[in-house]
Amino acid sequence: MSARASLTTEHTIDRAGRGVSRVYGLRSQAPLVLRPTHPKSAEPFTRHATNVARVSLTSGAAGPLGGDHFELEVRVGRGSTLVLNEVSATLLLPGARGGLSQMRITITVEDDATLVWLPEPVIAAEHCNHVQDIDVALGTSSRLLMRDELQLGRHREPPGNLTQRIRVRRVGRPLFQQQLTVGPATPKWRSSAVGGGHKSLGTVLVVDPDWGGDPPSARILAHGAAMFPLAGPAVLISALADDTLTTRRLLDRGVAHLGDPWASEAAAAPSA
Amino acid sequence: MTPNAALLLLADGRLPAGGYAHSGGFEPTARLQGLNDAAALEDFLEGRVTTSGFVAAAFAAAACAAAHAGNIGRLGQLDPELDARMPSPAVRAVSRALGRQLLRVITRIHPHPVLATLDPHAHQPTVFGAAAASFDLSPQDAALAVLHETITGPASAAVKVLSLDPYEVHSALARLTGLLDELAVRAAAHALDDPDQLPADASPLLDIAAEHHRSWDVRLFAS
Repeated sequence: MSARASLTTEHTIDRAGRGVSRVYGLRSQAPLVLRPTHPKSAEPFTRHATNVARVSLTSGAAGPLGGDHFELEVRVGRGSTLVLNEVSATLLLPGARGGLSQMRITITVEDDATLVWLPEPVIAAEHCNHVQDIDVALGTSSRLLMRDELQLGRHREPPGNLTQRIRVRRVGRPLFQQQLTVGPATPKWRSSAVGGGHKSLGTVLVVDPDWGGDPPSARILAHGAAMFPLAGPAVLISALADDTLTTRRLLDRGVAHLGDPWASEAAAAPSA
Repeated sequence: MTPNAALLLLADGRLPAGGYAHSGGFEPTARLQGLNDAAALEDFLEGRVTTSGFVAAAFAAAACAAAHAGNIGRLGQLDPELDARMPSPAVRAVSRALGRQLLRVITRIHPHPVLATLDPHAHQPTVFGAAAASFDLSPQDAALAVLHETITGPASAAVKVLSLDPYEVHSALARLTGLLDELAVRAAAHALDDPDQLPADASPLLDIAAEHHRSWDVRLFAS
């Protein structure tokens, strides 16, 4: 199955003369369903603004399964703010006829725009064979908070093969790039230098131009978790644990060290 | 294949480029994860060489090809790409420190115009690739030498950190030679890739271990 979904936001002025972010291009194709939702209160990580755009990604079917090709394209227009979350975790499954499943996510955050992207964990079930590509293009004054969590196999299950590539560029220059390959085709994933047999891992990447050349300093969060200032106005929080709840807790602990506005808003944010 | 003494010179751990002071993340990993034998070392080496070692090898191959072609602009693009692939500031600092030391040695022992075009703070794989080109070595030679260093550095360190039997350690290195050859061929195949398409295999535990290590008061090795 192939599916493409996309959405665009823009900054505009409402009838009351207030600046608001509005979703103006929203295209869903089953099973990728994008649903605008209305914030009940201030959104996390958006400087307490209530006038942000909020969209939830819902999957209308199981999977992706082997053979599925999904694409999601997100453009956060100049000056607008989007909170993009997900209704449930993604379970990667093998297809009836095997084959690769693919998810390609392309994100553009224009100048003065903010994207808070909080997907739920991706779970690599046994025998899955999945490639996920995430490409993010930022402007000089774009802000980003992006969470990513992987669980390797369901309860007491070994994972299938999963390759994840994340590429974040800022004004065309590289900011963060990494590829993770796990599963039976890459046994060295379990090496003490790479994943050490942990069942769950995650990252939070935060880009804040206000940090300039001086992002928050490196910090150890646990045996298997740390936060790293990148070579740019950005911080990566990285955690490995044996279950997704611990990973989420370690990532949250990292966010709490980011200083204003990220830390204070994290405290107010719902955890899912 | 023609004999190539220059490759041995560059790959020799006795080249005074400062590598002996580093354990390549083995010292902190051994302590954090309780590694205590040669089998655990071998597992560590395989993980390191297939991830950050492979990335370094591909970048060295790319730098070597760029230096051969006299493409200074492309050489300059490699360091920002490496920065983006090294989240840990401790890892970035070590890579740039080793690059500076290697550049100083090669400039002294074998002056070549391409070396003068490098940023004095260039990453180690970039300098290694350019140095290999200055000796007329191929991108695949550069990749192989970098992979070799990726495992021999931590292996020698392991002998000191864990008092391992050097015979057992070298048995592990002997078993890994086939893997190194295979990775060198794959890394060299990336020599002409666009810089943003170069490999980016992550080793998250090594990144985290590097920050632990930097925070310790007492340590045998610099990384």
